[in-house]
Amino acid sequence: MNLTLKVWRQSNGQSQGRFETYAAKNIIEDMSFLEMLDVVNEELMERGQEPFAFDSDCREGICGMCSLVINGIPHGGHKGTATCQLHMRHFKDGDTITIEPWRAKAFPVIKDLVTNRSAFDRIIQAGGFVSVNTGGTPDGNAIPVPKIAADAAMDAAACIGCGACVAVCKNASAMLFVAAKASHLNLLPQGQPEKDRRALKMVQQMDEEGFGNCTVTGSCEAVCPKEISLSFIAKLNRDFGVATLKGK
Amino acid sequence: MNILKNIFTTSLGKKYVMAVTGCALVLFLVGHLAGNLQVFLGQEVINRYGHFLQSNPELIWPARFGLLTLLVLHVWSAIRLTLENRAARPVAYGVYKPIGANYASRTMFMTGLIVFTFVIYHLLHYTVRVKAINLTGQDFAAFKVPGTVGEHPQHDIYRMIIIGFRNIWVSGFYVLGIGLLCLHLSHGVSSMFQSIGWKNDSYRPLLDKIACGLAILLFLGYISIPVAVLLGFGKDIQ
Repeated sequence: MNLTLKVWRQSNGQSQGRFETYAAKNIIEDMSFLEMLDVVNEELMERGQEPFAFDSDCREGICGMCSLVINGIPHGGHKGTATCQLHMRHFKDGDTITIEPWRAKAFPVIKDLVTNRSAFDRIIQAGGFVSVNTGGTPDGNAIPVPKIAADAAMDAAACIGCGACVAVCKNASAMLFVAAKASHLNLLPQGQPEKDRRALKMVQQMDEEGFGNCTVTGSCEAVCPKEISLSFIAKLNRDFGVATLKGK
Repeated sequence: MNILKNIFTTSLGKKYVMAVTGCALVLFLVGHLAGNLQVFLGQEVINRYGHFLQSNPELIWPARFGLLTLLVLHVWSAIRLTLENRAARPVAYGVYKPIGANYASRTMFMTGLIVFTFVIYHLLHYTVRVKAINLTGQDFAAFKVPGTVGEHPQHDIYRMIIIGFRNIWVSGFYVLGIGLLCLHLSHGVSSMFQSIGWKNDSYRPLLDKIACGLAILLFLGYISIPVAVLLGFGKDIQ
């Protein structure tokens, strides 16, 4: 099939960006969206033009590296699907597809469709960890973990940190990411000693990074490739509130 | 004081302020509606209720200051949060689809602003009783009935409500204001539980239904009065 692409081009973080139009010819419907972009980029290179930059790594939906707002929806809008797992069979011959980077103050554009998502790393560094003292290796089953807690923590831990929640949120809020990463540890017995500090520090860092605030629209949950539930945001609100009431 | 700092400076803290003040304002709306609906019990009942409120300044003034404080905090947090939200996305999308977000949730600030102007008009109309804005040419402050409790004549609230709502423009703005308020509540009542962290996957569907149900009930309750007046309720009143 043949498609028209409107792609955001921006040479660096300081320059003004603009949309440019490209033709994607002879696209096979079994290709992934990223493979389709590879084909277009190869043609650009053959013609001596600069290919557009976009992020990708594992291309099997588990690393969180791919991004792209496709026709106004991060990852293209198919339930539980990252851009790398989005296939061209969802598009029709002759379609025009608009492709943009994540847009948020906290995710500055590096080049074209690539944004700097280090803000997420700094939030993790602020509290998204469990401190482990040195010493002998502890017994794996020394701390009993309730099955319900383990399952819920695993649901939260499924977050791959892609940033689609920020990209889709009308406020560019990072609450779903922060809530998933804080809840993942706050639900487990191993996470209890640092629970209050974790909630406070991660929220504080999130605010400093310049993300917006959650207005519970639910769009983050709708685009999340790992289908992280909005309920984790309620849990972070609760954990932060409890820590605040303790005067911490 | 980490508690105050966390509440008034962090993103989550400001959401607590919004949720808690919103919750208290919703409770006021329920009480206010219960008071208003007494108009259907007749002139004597609603006037007695109005007199009860007016004749207890020790109760009504603290209540008014309390409501004003709630409103100020609610609006303050809304403005602060909205400014931060705008700043968080300096470059807009070329194409943007608000997937998964309903209309009410996306328009909270706008519906809130319109409701705020409506509340100011409503206070000037029925509480301060500014003659110029009631569009009837009559002075509501002069509506009196002979006192049944004290010697002084009482304010005739019944007549004020009926004459006031007989004007189609006033009733229209009232229905619009209440409609937007209830749209605001259809999202807000459920969201406040999310913001204070009192929500999980099992509560969520129920809370969403309660929010919609309460919004519809309040809408029907509030608009029943202007609609009834426009349909001829109290037509013997001049």
